[in-house]
Amino acid sequence: MTLGQQIITIAICIAGTMATRFLPFLIFSGKRPTPKYVQYLGNALPAAIFGMLVIYCLKNISFTITGSWAPQLIAIAVVVGLHLWKKNMLISVAAGTICYMLLVQFVF
Amino acid sequence: MQKEKDKKKIAKALKAAFPKTLPILAGFGFLGITYGIFMRVSGFSFVYPMLMSLLIFGGSLEFVAVSLLLSKFAPFQTLLMVLMIQARHLFYGISMLEKYKGTGWKKFYLIFGMCDESFSINYSTDVPEGVDAGWFMFFVTALDQFYWVASATIGGLLGSLITFNTEGLDFAMTALFVVIFLEQWMKDKQHMTAYIGLGMSVICLIIFGADSFLIPTMACIVVGLTLLRKPIEKRGEWK
Repeated sequence: MTLGQQIITIAICIAGTMATRFLPFLIFSGKRPTPKYVQYLGNALPAAIFGMLVIYCLKNISFTITGSWAPQLIAIAVVVGLHLWKKNMLISVAAGTICYMLLVQFVF
Repeated sequence: MQKEKDKKKIAKALKAAFPKTLPILAGFGFLGITYGIFMRVSGFSFVYPMLMSLLIFGGSLEFVAVSLLLSKFAPFQTLLMVLMIQARHLFYGISMLEKYKGTGWKKFYLIFGMCDESFSINYSTDVPEGVDAGWFMFFVTALDQFYWVASATIGGLLGSLITFNTEGLDFAMTALFVVIFLEQWMKDKQHMTAYIGLGMSVICLIIFGADSFLIPTMACIVVGLTLLRKPIEKRGEWK
């Protein structure tokens, strides 16, 4: 690739990304009321998306290799348990991450 | 007098936003440095990760872009790839239509910087009383982007000089999303939407594999939410 082609490729990455970020705001600009169906999706989507993002983080997990699934699932259990107990985002994330690091570096 | 007041308002929002972004500092610090190193060992100067993290600000695409830049020039294919990887932002936008309203000039930057992490924090956090929501979300987004650009640049500059054993630090991102999922779960009066998200993702991951399950998952989520709209709306008690 020449420098010019590299710049075009990166520009396409930027333009494509911004299209997906700006489009909903351009379509539902507030001049007209947002359709009921879209409002419903705005309320219903987040829980589903957060579920999708959790699975996305775990997409490379392998259930045939103990060193792959065990530390992830143990650390997630720590995060869930701590969060239901303390309800403090920082504590849950920090403890879960430290737990995971110890597990992958020393145990598995 | 008014200026003094504005300054206080801005400082207050920054103070409220910073702790919310700490998990992202850990996750982005690790992933950003990894990305910068990856660019460097692939033969690119640190200017590439620096500008790309600043202008694209989307981690997964930036990693893919490395291989795009190393293969033959194919603009159309690149565009398709970009739209497929980034399509989930359409969902974020639909969810943020209300929250970003009335934020003035900051709205443009909020939308520009709406990556997975800034969206998740900005959607799920109840802005503390007395804190300006627009500035709060602005700082969440700006701090996230600062962490990402700084670490990508550091990674690009240092190359592979870093030897500190950081294996597993990237779990901070997983932990963050688990926590945000839980917070949403506790807020929701119904859990069908959460089950649909988890269930469709797992099913599509098994069928389509790790590299191409996001688009089918998003399609299935929309279909599921549309078919179950009546019971979800009834139990959700929105508005």
